Amino acid sequence: MEGSKPKLKLAVYWASACGGCSVSVLDVHEKLFDVIANADFVFWPLALDIKYKDVEEMPDNYIDVTLFNGAVRNSENEHMANLLRKKSKILVAYGSCSHLGGIPGLANFSTKEDIFRRVYEESESTINTEKIRPLSEYKVKEGLLEIPVFYNDVRSLSQTVEVDYFIPGCPPQTERLLEVFGAIVSGAELPPKGSVIGAGTRSQCDECIRKKTENKQIKKFYRPWEISDDGETCFMEQGVICMGPATREGCGYRCIKGNAPCRGCYGPTPGVTDPGTKMMSAIASIIDEKEPEEINRVIDDIVDPAGLFYRFSLPVSLIRRKLS
Amino acid sequence: MRRITIDPITRLEGHGKIEIFLNDDGEVDNVYFQVPELRGFEKFCEGRPVEELPAIVAKICGVCPGCHHMASGKAVDAVFGVEPPPTAKKLRELFYMAHFVHSHTANFYALAAPDFVLGPDAPASKRNILGVIEKVGKEIGTEVIKQRRLAQEIQALLGGHQTFVVMNIPGGVRRGLSVKERDDIVEKAKGFVEFAKFSLNVFQDFVLDNKQYVDIILNGPYSLKLHSMGLVDVNNKVNFYDGKVRVVDTEGKELYKYSPTEYLDYVAEHVEPWTYLKFPYLKKIGWKGFTEGQNSGVYQATPLSRLNAADGMATPLAQKEYERMYSTLGGKPVHATLAMHWARLVELLYSAERCLELARDNDITGKELRAQLGPIPGEGVGIVEAQRGTLTHHYFTDNKGIVIKVNLIVGTTNNHAAISMSIKKAAAGLIKKGVEVTAGTLNMIEMAFRAYDPCFSCATHSLPGEMPMILEIRDAKGELTQRVVRN
Repeated sequence: MEGSKPKLKLAVYWASACGGCSVSVLDVHEKLFDVIANADFVFWPLALDIKYKDVEEMPDNYIDVTLFNGAVRNSENEHMANLLRKKSKILVAYGSCSHLGGIPGLANFSTKEDIFRRVYEESESTINTEKIRPLSEYKVKEGLLEIPVFYNDVRSLSQTVEVDYFIPGCPPQTERLLEVFGAIVSGAELPPKGSVIGAGTRSQCDECIRKKTENKQIKKFYRPWEISDDGETCFMEQGVICMGPATREGCGYRCIKGNAPCRGCYGPTPGVTDPGTKMMSAIASIIDEKEPEEINRVIDDIVDPAGLFYRFSLPVSLIRRKLS
Repeated sequence: MRRITIDPITRLEGHGKIEIFLNDDGEVDNVYFQVPELRGFEKFCEGRPVEELPAIVAKICGVCPGCHHMASGKAVDAVFGVEPPPTAKKLRELFYMAHFVHSHTANFYALAAPDFVLGPDAPASKRNILGVIEKVGKEIGTEVIKQRRLAQEIQALLGGHQTFVVMNIPGGVRRGLSVKERDDIVEKAKGFVEFAKFSLNVFQDFVLDNKQYVDIILNGPYSLKLHSMGLVDVNNKVNFYDGKVRVVDTEGKELYKYSPTEYLDYVAEHVEPWTYLKFPYLKKIGWKGFTEGQNSGVYQATPLSRLNAADGMATPLAQKEYERMYSTLGGKPVHATLAMHWARLVELLYSAERCLELARDNDITGKELRAQLGPIPGEGVGIVEAQRGTLTHHYFTDNKGIVIKVNLIVGTTNNHAAISMSIKKAAAGLIKKGVEVTAGTLNMIEMAFRAYDPCFSCATHSLPGEMPMILEIRDAKGELTQRVVRN
């Protein structure tokens, strides 16, 4: 509207992602109309006919807020991260992949070569005697065809460009996004750069309604199918590893409501950089054994600890990736 | 040589890109449909405990996570060598029917209806879900949103997490259904049946009663003669959750019928250097390139091919609609790409009826939710029908259930070759020497792949708009000669 406060210019972009974050933005349902009343979407490949080229032509800092979802997996993801950084006043890493590397980040347990060999050569259904691999540039008889370069590493957004805020979750709860949006629109003072927003500051356990006792004592850890979950008691107290203690609150303990233990998509609690380290200390504190070999026996019950503790965060963890 | 690029066409494991090459006469020489992204789930699932896979692989797609969760849950059961108890199996299928009601509703009203209710040449600004609502009435729009929401509520109740379902555990499900919850689902499912019948009436009124549209469906550049794949039950009726995979040839004769464990004898995948996505084909015929007809190894796995591959529908109202569709379109099999929309509505009615049937089943509120587990045999295949095609998950583990290898053939992937060919055929039929390429042309080309409801379109389901597109035509030197932008 002329004369009134100018509308916010918003952009939404996905990189290496599954679409779940985009769905979470759409899940604002009828509130989309409130959003549209206060903001214009200037770039959203999912919804709008605005292309990469149009973004390149925008002046720097033209976009007020960009929600960037997905990890940085290939050259196109990286190009768009750089471009949107330049064009945006506020760049938000939206969702686990962008925030921490996410599920696609588990690929850092292997290399590009491992992945290509499995997918294009060794997969049981693939017949590829000539060992053809997708190439970033390939000349067909009609001309040159291009696809992005697949990198060896998966990176989070902040490992690629400077990020102003992080909204965690796989995907983020839509209500949290609306709260953040409301704060920006109202002109409220924003938290310091680099903050996690749209989530709480306590751990998932503080939010969870499952019954807990103060003195957890574990003599053995079980895999989820080895116990008969009573649907009420804290998973850790039943001996099933739950990432709750090392995970930031904010999701509404949605998996736990489905009787599944937390897997940590909201990322580490404030002040914790590495969820695995935090999880190990949480586990150590509840093992009801004194002798080192007994403690080791209990810990050995935990299968695939790296894949569990870093389920959503391998690229930003201390381990970061497989070395060769 | 001139060149037309359509990029991006929105997601399919990322983004999609279409390159159309024209010869010196301005006619279509070749078309390349490229998928520029790979994430490598097959590799990074290795080393994980197999019970974690149903939740991990759900992240392959944030729009149809339920399909991966179900195929994975079944593969995991097989790894443990168990079958879930009847209650668990029925709860999974009940969830899955709600998933289909939700997805097929969204696809028809948001993606398919704009082309037919408003017409393929309608102004782009009108040719969207809002335009549809404007034409058919606001009450109907509200009803669409409501029914979709109710289907989502059933999924959230049974599945836990609202997007990424966490229902399956080896040998069963994590959560049962109370009598009160069941009664609520029965009421919702009754509504789905009425809504599906209503949707078929909308299709009758706006599409079938319009000679021009029927002509486009039957005689437009949208027909592809390929083999058809789909999951069938013991009576050869369509089933989404369980059964054998049946393949019929271009004439409708049964070629193969195989159990999930036998899939490697029947399906293989071909690799091209210009796309990250592979091309599945019928192994016994072999990869013969992007060719149509009885000798081609290319097949389709779509709502229409599911109906072609089966002998009918397992529920009474859907069966009637099935018969009506084939008698109107001149008998089985049907190869008109755009008839997929009709087939999808027949499936919507089946999903709704099956949802009601399952909700009324006495077993559904049973207390036995998980099978007893024993030693772990360590290999399992799970196959379901995803909305967008037959979905196969194959896992190998050690005797502790730690994953050694994973193989996946994903819904839309089945149709990679077919989609490429449909685009080429539509482009060749529409781009002619001396005929100006317009935004309408672009939409008509897009209709060829929109019919598949390919995964890159699923994210646009609930959006008031359509896939963004730019069409660029370049001359032999790569100079831009024409640029068409859809508003």
